[in-house]
Amino acid sequence: MPNPLQPLAKKDFDYAAAQHLLNRAGFGGTPAQVRALVELGLDDAVDYIVEFKGDGALPPSAEFAGVMRPDTPEERETLRRARAAGDEETILRLQRERQAREKSDREQLAEMQKWWLAKMISTGRPLEEKLTLFWHGHFATGYRTIENSYHMLAQNAFLRANAAGNFADLVRGIIRDPAMLKYLDNDENRRRSPNENLARELMELFTLGEGNDYTERDIKEGARALTGMTFRGNDFFFNAQEHDPTPKTILGRTGSFSGDEFVSIILEHPVCARFIASKLYKFFVNDAPTPPKDAGDAVSRLAKDFRAKRYEIRPILKTLFRSQHFYAKDNRLSVVKSPTQLMVQTIRSLGTPTREMSALSQAGDLMGQQLFQPPSVKGWDGGRAWINTATLFVRQNIVVYLVTGRRPAAFDWDPSELAYDVSPLIAHLRDAGGGVDPNEAVRALATFALGGEPAPERLAELEQFLGALGGTVTDDRVKAMLCLIGAMPEYQLC
Amino acid sequence: MSDNAFTRRLFLERSLTLASLAATVPCFIERSALGMLGNPLLSSQPGVPDHRILVIVQLGGGNDGLNTVVPYGSPDYYNARPQIGIRAPGAAAQNGQQAALELANAQGIGLHPNLTGFKELYDGGLLTVVQGVGYPNPNRSHFTSMDIWQTGRLDAKGSGWIGRYFDNTCNGTPIPEGAVAIGRTAPLAMQGDIQKPIAFESPSLFRWLGEDLHGAMKDPYDAINRAGAVGGAAAGTQREFLMRTALDAQVASDKIRAAVAKQPLVEYPQSGLANQLKTIGAMIRAEMPTRVYYASMGGFDTHGGQLGPHANLMRQLGDSVLAFQNDMKAQGNEGRVLTMVFSEFGRRVKQNASNGTDHGTAAPMFLIGPSMKAGVCGSHPSLTELDQGDLKYGIDFRSVYTSVLEDWMKAPADAILRGKFAKPELIVAKAKA
Repeated sequence: MPNPLQPLAKKDFDYAAAQHLLNRAGFGGTPAQVRALVELGLDDAVDYIVEFKGDGALPPSAEFAGVMRPDTPEERETLRRARAAGDEETILRLQRERQAREKSDREQLAEMQKWWLAKMISTGRPLEEKLTLFWHGHFATGYRTIENSYHMLAQNAFLRANAAGNFADLVRGIIRDPAMLKYLDNDENRRRSPNENLARELMELFTLGEGNDYTERDIKEGARALTGMTFRGNDFFFNAQEHDPTPKTILGRTGSFSGDEFVSIILEHPVCARFIASKLYKFFVNDAPTPPKDAGDAVSRLAKDFRAKRYEIRPILKTLFRSQHFYAKDNRLSVVKSPTQLMVQTIRSLGTPTREMSALSQAGDLMGQQLFQPPSVKGWDGGRAWINTATLFVRQNIVVYLVTGRRPAAFDWDPSELAYDVSPLIAHLRDAGGGVDPNEAVRALATFALGGEPAPERLAELEQFLGALGGTVTDDRVKAMLCLIGAMPEYQLC
Repeated sequence: MSDNAFTRRLFLERSLTLASLAATVPCFIERSALGMLGNPLLSSQPGVPDHRILVIVQLGGGNDGLNTVVPYGSPDYYNARPQIGIRAPGAAAQNGQQAALELANAQGIGLHPNLTGFKELYDGGLLTVVQGVGYPNPNRSHFTSMDIWQTGRLDAKGSGWIGRYFDNTCNGTPIPEGAVAIGRTAPLAMQGDIQKPIAFESPSLFRWLGEDLHGAMKDPYDAINRAGAVGGAAAGTQREFLMRTALDAQVASDKIRAAVAKQPLVEYPQSGLANQLKTIGAMIRAEMPTRVYYASMGGFDTHGGQLGPHANLMRQLGDSVLAFQNDMKAQGNEGRVLTMVFSEFGRRVKQNASNGTDHGTAAPMFLIGPSMKAGVCGSHPSLTELDQGDLKYGIDFRSVYTSVLEDWMKAPADAILRGKFAKPELIVAKAKA
């Protein structure tokens, strides 16, 4: 059986292949950007993307700050006295001050959600953001539980800094991350009252996969290893008094393990590399319920490589993005766009204005993906779980909004007057007199926007639509066709 | 009405067949049996009594339970609430504030004067007040407490309890339009791992808005989205799945919009909640396969000057639910529907310095329908034995869920709630198989 990870023949890295790479390893690009990748050639194109050679752009606002903080000793003392004296007014005042802080923290989170979306839209290193989003879903942490936007921001920066680095560093860092420690209750994991939450998810969701070769006992013992790992203010804090130093037996090894040693033991387990490789595969290559026959082989080889390279992420991504398997016909248009992918890719590839960020943020929520707010510690299921009859309408409608700026009635999205210049999409089709052949325009637009050859029925519909309006290709008609293409079920795939 | 009666009869015959299958046959076989019956009305899951519907009404912000179900018999109530206490039934109006409504067979408790709708339901044997509902170690954050109620878990994590009801009923495929929320986003309560809810603020938004751009857009859009699988999309592929779902979406949108286009059989008041319930009523009348509907109203976070605003909310709530119940009766669907009203928490016993109330704990729930054991369930929480100034709960909300799940929805409550909870006797009518 041929190795599916064999590199693609250089000559096969054509326009369609480059667009596929840009969609999957990023959020798509304009026709000009796709052509630039083709000219770089396969190897350099993959290096450019995986080594983050572009400009990162848009650091978080300097105004983002720690809004939430623990009560000061003075506040605690005031509260204690007020309680003892039955001083309801003071109790109420402190409570209101806290509620005011919570409110401004929620407002800050809303700003952060818009910032991150804007960063994904503008970055020159799309893979960096795409991986950060992947790890956010993998090491899922929800704002609603931790109620501290600054901790979410710090976690986001940590995930970005390690996005294509080393998976072991990610795991070691995440068990010191205040947002995660709070989210999975490790701040309450104490020597005399262990809390198993982090230990369980560490094995089940972050490294080994559910039920993969570990037992309930391993979780219990692992939880003891993690005791005392907590945070103070915005920083990790190891509370030695709350750490249980007695011997533990984890995955067949016995010793007075610390949290870090617990992680090392997990990472030595061979199923870990396979679990992460298959998750990366689903995210980047194919998320259909029945992937192609050689998918298992590709994942095994990827996992083997991942383990051999001691969990370095960049090399396996390069191998993957160069492989024949990645470009195989079965793996084209086989991933359901996440809500974020749908919006960011529409903007980046069709070149629409970004319009109102709050509208995009709200639409993301309606489609089931609110940044910094995954539905549970399992993150987003992805794939077909994104799609149902209700989300499909929102998906189609957000494209209408991006293309036309028209505010869908009854939503509090602001209408947007920003002009959308569609000429880059059809400029190359103009003949000497500046005219565009309608059928050629239909084919080119649909093929580009859908990322592949449209079904003949679809082309016929668009041709008929244009024909009924007189056949000339005007800017407005291009926009109308983009709305229709955005409403095609196939548009949900990338 | 006549075609409705016909379909109802058809409906009952089918559910008879199904119920007898349900006891013994694994669900995948039942589903094919369903296919053989070929009744498009019956897309529900086998094993679930098809005619039963749950409507959840969420009061967001923390409804002041003590001014909703008023413990007028207790002087402590008036001591704690000198300005905002509701006067005992029979008392003369004071500063425009009416006295509480008396409840038969309920000692010392009455209803907010504007809950005339609830009073009428109560007198008609259609309303149950469940008193002092809460949970251990109450959380006073709106978000967390709402998540606790919606997940049915004290750690507020994971999927929603209604979502798990669907997931548990038959693993495999979700029921199209099984769970419908009227609102911008679907509540966590309805999010399952398999079953995902449909949410729309108004049925007119549950459609493609691009057709508003130009008259020429509608036909090509319809052709594209109603074509089903084209271009040789093979069964089971991503493309085929999406093309099928797109067609489903069009059909669902048509059905829902056609349903609400009909004039309701009764008049509904003008309010947000009434509009939501009117939409739900229309969908029930149209025999949608929906098993659980969700409506919600906000504004209950009454920290200051609460008397007027709270009275308006009570008026909306009581009148809207009464209209809905009358609609169900007029449709002949009364016996199929159970309505449950809850809020994430009640409010502090003592009023605050701004004539409002702060976040509290236990509060009453309401269950409405002819299958209920009408009256008052549980005793009113003590107004003097408090926990940090708040009421101690008497009935765990998961006990109420248990009753609804087991006795109304006929579903295994322990599996869904991941625990066993005492079951108060709330529902008397057994499923008519």
